[in-house]
Amino acid sequence: MGYGVFICHCGQNIAGTIDIEKLVRKVSGIRGVTHVEDYIFMCSDPGQERIKKAIKEKNLEGIVVAACSPSLHEETFRKAAESVGLNPYLVEIANIREWSAWPHQAEPEEATMKAFKIIESTVEKLNGDKPLEPLRLEVVRRVMVIGGGIAGIQAALDVAEAGIEVILVERSPSIGGRMAQLSETFPTLDCPQCILTPKMTSVAHHPLVKLLAYSEVEEVSGSAGNFKVKVRRKPTYVDWNKCVGCGLCMEACPVELPSEFEMGLAHRKAIYIQFPQAVPNKAVIDSENCIRMKYGRGCGLCAQKCPANAITFEDNGKAEEYDVGAIIVATGLEVMDKANFAEYGAGELKDVLTGLEFERMLAPSGPTGGKVVRPSDGRVPKEVVFIQCVGSRDPENWNPYCSKICCMYTAKQALLYKHAVPGGQAYIFYIDIRADGKGYEEFIHRAMAEEGVIYLRGRVGRVYQEGDKLRVEGVDTISGLKIVIDADMVVLATAAVPSSGVEELAKKLRIQLGEGGWLKEAHLKLRPLETLTSGVFIAGAAQYPKDITDTVSQASGAAAKAVAFLSKGYVVREPLIAVVNEDICSGCGNCEEACSYQAIKVVDGKANVDESLCEGCGSCTAACPSGAVQLKNYDKRQIIKMVESIVG
Amino acid sequence: MGEFKPVIVGFLCRWCASAAADLAGTSRLQYPATIRPIRVNCSSMVDPAYILRALLEGADGVLVGACHPGDCHYVDGNLKERRRIAVIKNTLGKLGLQPERVRFEYISTSEGLKFAKVAEEFTRQIRKLGPNPLRGGFDD
Repeated sequence: MGYGVFICHCGQNIAGTIDIEKLVRKVSGIRGVTHVEDYIFMCSDPGQERIKKAIKEKNLEGIVVAACSPSLHEETFRKAAESVGLNPYLVEIANIREWSAWPHQAEPEEATMKAFKIIESTVEKLNGDKPLEPLRLEVVRRVMVIGGGIAGIQAALDVAEAGIEVILVERSPSIGGRMAQLSETFPTLDCPQCILTPKMTSVAHHPLVKLLAYSEVEEVSGSAGNFKVKVRRKPTYVDWNKCVGCGLCMEACPVELPSEFEMGLAHRKAIYIQFPQAVPNKAVIDSENCIRMKYGRGCGLCAQKCPANAITFEDNGKAEEYDVGAIIVATGLEVMDKANFAEYGAGELKDVLTGLEFERMLAPSGPTGGKVVRPSDGRVPKEVVFIQCVGSRDPENWNPYCSKICCMYTAKQALLYKHAVPGGQAYIFYIDIRADGKGYEEFIHRAMAEEGVIYLRGRVGRVYQEGDKLRVEGVDTISGLKIVIDADMVVLATAAVPSSGVEELAKKLRIQLGEGGWLKEAHLKLRPLETLTSGVFIAGAAQYPKDITDTVSQASGAAAKAVAFLSKGYVVREPLIAVVNEDICSGCGNCEEACSYQAIKVVDGKANVDESLCEGCGSCTAACPSGAVQLKNYDKRQIIKMVESIVG
Repeated sequence: MGEFKPVIVGFLCRWCASAAADLAGTSRLQYPATIRPIRVNCSSMVDPAYILRALLEGADGVLVGACHPGDCHYVDGNLKERRRIAVIKNTLGKLGLQPERVRFEYISTSEGLKFAKVAEEFTRQIRKLGPNPLRGGFDD
């Protein structure tokens, strides 16, 4: 009978500061405590055995373990107690290590007093605790993947191959993402169209994948295993059931706009298919720029040419709701705009390109058909300077982090340029060369030794127009010499940054962003594919810049996590949620207003908690004027008692 | 009379301030042993009644540690609590208790240093205010 308190020495970590003997004496005097025991390591097997033995022999009704933070061993001690028949919710942790022994090493007496107060108030809490059973909630066996780049495609394919339905949401008219924009991929020099397009087709045609292109996540509610996601299907003004992707509409359209896919190096029309290999291969109307849409009449040339009568000009946008058990976020990256960099022409110099723009120029299907030419005059550049770390590894001005992919793609671009322009010279300004993947170091070596790319270690201070050349002024920190190159073209490896809009999406999903706006993982080393919100996983460069190899590995990992999460068929949730005492509930509805999850609602004059939605924050309990809503094992009397004992 | 040793009740959100206190300990940051912590699920479950009770029991100060705006594990519990604290402070003034005895702070999981600094600063502030006049309870 009564409660047991088990005080851990944690070697010298606790016992080095806290007077254990005195603490045991004081704790023995707490009302209701019938057993007190101290031991060098409570979490060790012999320590746990002591706890189990005492629970059995003394028939303890509940225990407090005074040790380290509950984030470390709460589960350990709960399991130990459960194994001898004590309900795990009658196990409380008093954190006397992180909260007392460690931060008050110079004040042992005060630390001992504080440890006692923490234990005393925890016993008060235990006094009001009731045995509880974890909630088991059925899961919806369906996964939503947000983002249709290579990460999202791979994750969707893996989940579908495991026999689970997938909803793949992509905000652009086509899937494919950044990878679809690349010329060739390092270190193998595969053409992305050759290796990506088959995957795009497989995912779009997979019987278990529903592809929602040109759509965005609008609202997310519910929780792990039972999310409800509202998706906005953006209006295409074209009936996709009829559109065959022939492209005649694009030929007819008189409006020319810079193409996003071609990074502004070519035009697209106001009605367009994102790129030739687009999946789905369907046209959309850019309503802000279409003459007919803007003025409500006139033009209509595209509709006249369309052999399928697919162009309706009608707003066919709509909202759809999907029930899913898990969500994989694969929103990827973009690169910084060159206009940010005044020292490199602030985007005004036509022959200064970003790496991604140059990538389009190198692509055989790109705006120049794979020919390297200067945007200013169409001449073939004889000397090209590549500048790495533009906006990366620059904590004073821009991002402190390394964008990770630039060393490799710059080497690749320099090499491809040398192939495209025999006799041309490529220079690369770098800080350090980071080539830490399979075959990467060899690739850099090939660029240097076999292709004759000249590497210069140092930063470039300034790029400016000098006649029809771009004068590049830099320093080679190895020779210590100032370097001036009159180049025909300059390519900036601008920093990778998270995709626009990820901040709003993270808010909707209740997941966190870390430094630089990258999605925050549950643990950088040990849980890199999960977020702190159960049931939401991360794939690809949304977490941090990654090359295709790493992105695909992580996407498969996230898919495996999501599949494992749903495979049991249910999720176990902590039962520490709100409960209503209907006898005293007046139905005022304050709780309803305080709840951020729509988990508590007044029905027939009484508040009612939806157990599948309640997250257990306790916000409603503070809003309830009569104490009718309480949090299980955290009710108001318990906390008041805790306050009284901790102050007293 | 001995030296004034303030007693401060700290309601710490388990997702941030409580973890920050863990981190402060793990990092061996030293701060005064004045804060007596109570871990709560979310700052928004801290009923004004708990704060008043702490003061009526004689606590010299009350700290509520919440997640930064936008980081709340429960969407916006921190902002709800911030509003409540504003009301409580206003009421305390009218009851003749210094509102400075109640403090609301955003402290994230990674801000062990901030936790230690807040503990130190708040303790200094409470020392300046002196003991809670209600300490020792009401005389009948």
